[in-house]
Amino acid sequence: MFGKGILRGLGITARHLLETYIDDVKRIPSRYAYDRRLIKQPVEERGIFTIQYPEEKRVLPENFRYIPMLIFDDTTGEDRCTSCGICAKVCPPQCIWILREEDEKGKPIPRPAEFYIDISICMGCGFCAEFCPFDAIKMNHDYEIAVYRRFPDLVLNKDELSVPASYYAQLYPTAWAEEEKRREEERKKKEARAKAAAARKALAAKKKAASQKAEAQDGETS
Amino acid sequence: MSETMPAVDSTLPYNDVVPGAVIGQDGETLIVAREKWPELARYLRDKEGYDYLSSVTGVDNLTHPKRKDVERFEVVYHLYSIQRGGGPLVIKVRAPEEDPEVPSVVSIWPGADFQEREIWDLFGIRFPGHPNLRRILLWEGFHGHPLRKDWKEAYYEEEKKPFGSRWPKGDYPREKMRLPWQEERAIWQDNVVYPTDFAPDTWQPPEITYHFGLDLYRELEGLKTDRIIVNMGPQHPSTHGVFRMVIALEGETIVGLEPEMGYLHRNHEKIGERNTYLMNIPYTDRLDYICSMSNNLGYVLAVEKLLGDVEVPERAHYLRVIMAEFTRIVNHMWAIGFLLNDLGAFFTPALYAIEERELILDLFEAASGARMMCNYMRPGGVARDVPEGWLDQARKLVNERLPRAIDELDRYLSENEILLARTKGVGYLSPEDAIAYSTSGPVLRGSGVPYDVRKAEPYSIYDRFDFDVVTEEGGDVYARYMVRIREMRESVRILKQALRDIPEGPVMPPGKQKYSFRVPPGEVYQRIEAPKGELGFYLVSDGSPNPYRYHVRAPSFINLTALGPMCVGYKVADAVAVLGSIDIVLGETDR
Repeated sequence: MFGKGILRGLGITARHLLETYIDDVKRIPSRYAYDRRLIKQPVEERGIFTIQYPEEKRVLPENFRYIPMLIFDDTTGEDRCTSCGICAKVCPPQCIWILREEDEKGKPIPRPAEFYIDISICMGCGFCAEFCPFDAIKMNHDYEIAVYRRFPDLVLNKDELSVPASYYAQLYPTAWAEEEKRREEERKKKEARAKAAAARKALAAKKKAASQKAEAQDGETS
Repeated sequence: MSETMPAVDSTLPYNDVVPGAVIGQDGETLIVAREKWPELARYLRDKEGYDYLSSVTGVDNLTHPKRKDVERFEVVYHLYSIQRGGGPLVIKVRAPEEDPEVPSVVSIWPGADFQEREIWDLFGIRFPGHPNLRRILLWEGFHGHPLRKDWKEAYYEEEKKPFGSRWPKGDYPREKMRLPWQEERAIWQDNVVYPTDFAPDTWQPPEITYHFGLDLYRELEGLKTDRIIVNMGPQHPSTHGVFRMVIALEGETIVGLEPEMGYLHRNHEKIGERNTYLMNIPYTDRLDYICSMSNNLGYVLAVEKLLGDVEVPERAHYLRVIMAEFTRIVNHMWAIGFLLNDLGAFFTPALYAIEERELILDLFEAASGARMMCNYMRPGGVARDVPEGWLDQARKLVNERLPRAIDELDRYLSENEILLARTKGVGYLSPEDAIAYSTSGPVLRGSGVPYDVRKAEPYSIYDRFDFDVVTEEGGDVYARYMVRIREMRESVRILKQALRDIPEGPVMPPGKQKYSFRVPPGEVYQRIEAPKGELGFYLVSDGSPNPYRYHVRAPSFINLTALGPMCVGYKVADAVAVLGSIDIVLGETDR
């Protein structure tokens, strides 16, 4: 019968309409009743698939990346960055500028004097965070960064990029736990190594003393 | 070249049939004398069964440390046999700097058409015998040929990344920001070169001769009409971006069609040659931005092939296949939805189709951090393992939701009388033409050619999965639509097996990941079955951390070669449907 295919298609459209309606009725009070809500769409989701941004926002997964941020220690206020330059070297569009701090003799100090990221060039690939050996640069989740001027508002300097470690811990709970565990292990290993070194030193000193003593005794006896 | 030609060496292949054609051999690669090349090409196509010209590209040997004594330019051909499957026959034809000419093979493999034009455009190698040799990606008044090694782009800074100005003395020149003009503020300055005789006021764009398939012109009955030329695009909703079709019309019937592209051209390949191998991965995301995972896969496979001894962990292999097949579903959903958009069913089918895409992109985001620009794969494995619960989500999606969604889409559209009327018998491409025009993917299989790189030359771990190559005999828009629907079902089949068998374990080889690595000298061509067709990466390494030559064989660019022949004879409204059925993404077409 001509038109059967169209009718069947229209049936599916009608079902989608119904599902959307039921989905909306199910959310009483209305999903737009509060100022801002975070939405996560489960795999079972039927009905409407749109999100009313900015009233509603999506729940971001932990791995979400947007633009980089620099991490400093909460308690000491020190940057984790040692200005080793790996992020600047691995950056595909080359949007990171690092000025390494130097003392008056020109000897480098492992600390950035300035750190710029031109985020209008940044492609958000996350290589800097991936390859940083000091966990000093990570990807921020904040995507609402629109500004009126490209220069200089989109060239972020060190202050604008810096966030405390606690902010990072809150964005990346799993990664943070892993890093903490690793740091703890490293600290223990370091301590153990220091202890072992101290013990070795003590042993060596003892041996030396003993041998000296023996030599002295030898000398005495001969 | 001819004066230095050695005597015919009978130990080299094919010299018994075309004497003096093959003048050297470099591994598997045959080096062919250029005056004998068309003759040999004809023999290879007719007698040896190399009917599919996959990729043609150029190389500029100017600064290659190991190629000091060879001619400056070479054109590299990768030939395959559709019948036999398997690996390529690689042909190189060299041309000296003062006479950069290589005979055209368009008459033998029409699929070389756009690719030879691209080489002329970017390398300045001429192809005598080409019917329409003019620039394809750049504008006609462009100065120079950008992929030559001595050509420098605007805002050129250094030959290779990383740039020295970034660290340790990377002080961003902030005083420049106070300058009034955006161009002056650009921190790299500019080195834009104009032709010496360039006068902007009197300059006229060169005459463009549009080459229409007049031999395909079908005699119209009755009506007497004038021939008019219609520009469809660059701003047209059906072109999926910035793309122009110059259409010659008799009444409403198309008598010739010439695609114009390059509006989104950024010379991806030049950027790729400045980058290190690792830096190129996020750039490949931007090629076909619907299928970034597939692009990643093709590129890292090429780099791994160059590196040689990379042991990819099992789990990483499975994750790659899972991501690539999810990408195929995403792409086909998108393609079908927007084909319907082009046909006038505005956005209802498209939105139904991309609902599932939304859920798949959520999975991509949880694994890689971004929905579209995934940057997930690395030479050796994948960037990171999937988070907890990801595989269960994926299984739920694959086992319950996706099959239902595909069936629904099938029920919703496949027998719709309006769709049938608009697509059946429209844009016919015969199997012979499909092969000759080097089409690939759903376009090739929609013409009834059972060719799929996953089966013909299996890469990654595709040989472990049980799936069928989908073909449809129709050769029209409807057949290509049907291929996509059925291919999604095959992808679900692969996904079910992969998600069942995926082992635990690491996703990267042991050891610290290096941010810059040297790659042994050599060259590879790695192709994969991307959702849009055959995606190939051609890499030449000179042993440094940056690729010497980086070429992308983009499926949506080469599939467009067949657009003109497919449209001639149909109505102007059908051109939109035909273009939609090829499924192009301009990020990849224009590179």
